[in-house]
Amino acid sequence: MSSEITQTPGKGEPTEAVITPVGSTPVGEQKSGKIRWTMIALWAAVISLLALLGWGLMKTNATRPEAGQPAPYFDVEFFDGYQWDNKSVADLNDMRGNVVVLNFWASWCVECRLEADLIENTWRNYADDNVIFLGVAYADVEPNSISYLDEFGITYPNAPDLGTDISDTYEITGVPETFFIGKDGVIEHVQIGPLNQATMDRVIQKLLQEEGA
Amino acid sequence: MRKNNRLLQMFLIVLVLALSAVSAVAQDDSQNRTVTDDEVNEIARDVYCPVCENTPLDVCQTQACADWRELIRTKLASGESKQDIFDYFARQYGDGVLANPPRRGVSLVMLWVLPVVLILLGLLLFSRYMRGLRVSEPDTAVASGPNSAMTIPPEVSQPAPDDYLARVEKELKRTDE
Repeated sequence: MSSEITQTPGKGEPTEAVITPVGSTPVGEQKSGKIRWTMIALWAAVISLLALLGWGLMKTNATRPEAGQPAPYFDVEFFDGYQWDNKSVADLNDMRGNVVVLNFWASWCVECRLEADLIENTWRNYADDNVIFLGVAYADVEPNSISYLDEFGITYPNAPDLGTDISDTYEITGVPETFFIGKDGVIEHVQIGPLNQATMDRVIQKLLQEEGA
Repeated sequence: MRKNNRLLQMFLIVLVLALSAVSAVAQDDSQNRTVTDDEVNEIARDVYCPVCENTPLDVCQTQACADWRELIRTKLASGESKQDIFDYFARQYGDGVLANPPRRGVSLVMLWVLPVVLILLGLLLFSRYMRGLRVSEPDTAVASGPNSAMTIPPEVSQPAPDDYLARVEKELKRTDE
């Protein structure tokens, strides 16, 4: 960087020397402006990365929604012949105002077979009471799912868990697992393992008595 | 001549029929060929069991995995490629069941973009740090006056403190006297 020396004479001798780097002020300002923006960009990148990592960790450590919590949103594409309300695709919001019994099952699951008849019979009992039974086949091979539904004469709406999206959202730990969702979309009861008639009747009766949203 | 033409026509018809029959048989054969366990396992080892964590399909003993292996066998027998089968599993059961998930969505960001961004960020910070070290090293500036080429220590280019200036002026006055 070049410099200039300005001499102020006093009794023939320079008494003061002010050294000013040529054009130092504008370049310096530009440089500090650049540095400031670089730092802002760097911090923005770091914060974004941390947020992304945090989100990933939260997703990994997410826990199953429990009783008293709103039921997470999902949508389903039903098996042919197992639609709900003549729709081949539906979501939880469409079902708002009804009691929803969301049952995760699989054709390879031995315990699911223990509750299959019970769920079908209960569905038939409450068919006129605004209770929707929805079976979701978890990690199952479609032809096997259909064979299972035929084998147990199941008539309530059923759908595959495409991309395991629903089971991931509900953080299920296995099958069978059943979520009882109230008319207001809040989970009333979570059943891990096979259901029994007493529990089903008790929870459904309670939910039917509640005011809907 | 007319008879010859008729014979040629008949020959061509028979040839076309024979070729289509051979092609149909060949196609049918390729779509219903016997698939060996090795072929199934070659794909199954890159797919994870949906029930047991971190267990590849080829060694898992659960019924779910047996069903999935059978599904792979059926798809191979019907002529689907390895990639077709991986795509089917990803679509049906999620990217998480694949040992090498496709580079898209969150996995693209977490496995590919994030490390590259972090490395670039690290390099940038490192270069800035190194540049900072260089700037803070003692430097000398050369005055470019018309008659002088004197070397000015860096501290001269900084504004001198008031008491220092006062002292210099005092010394200069004393020398003048």
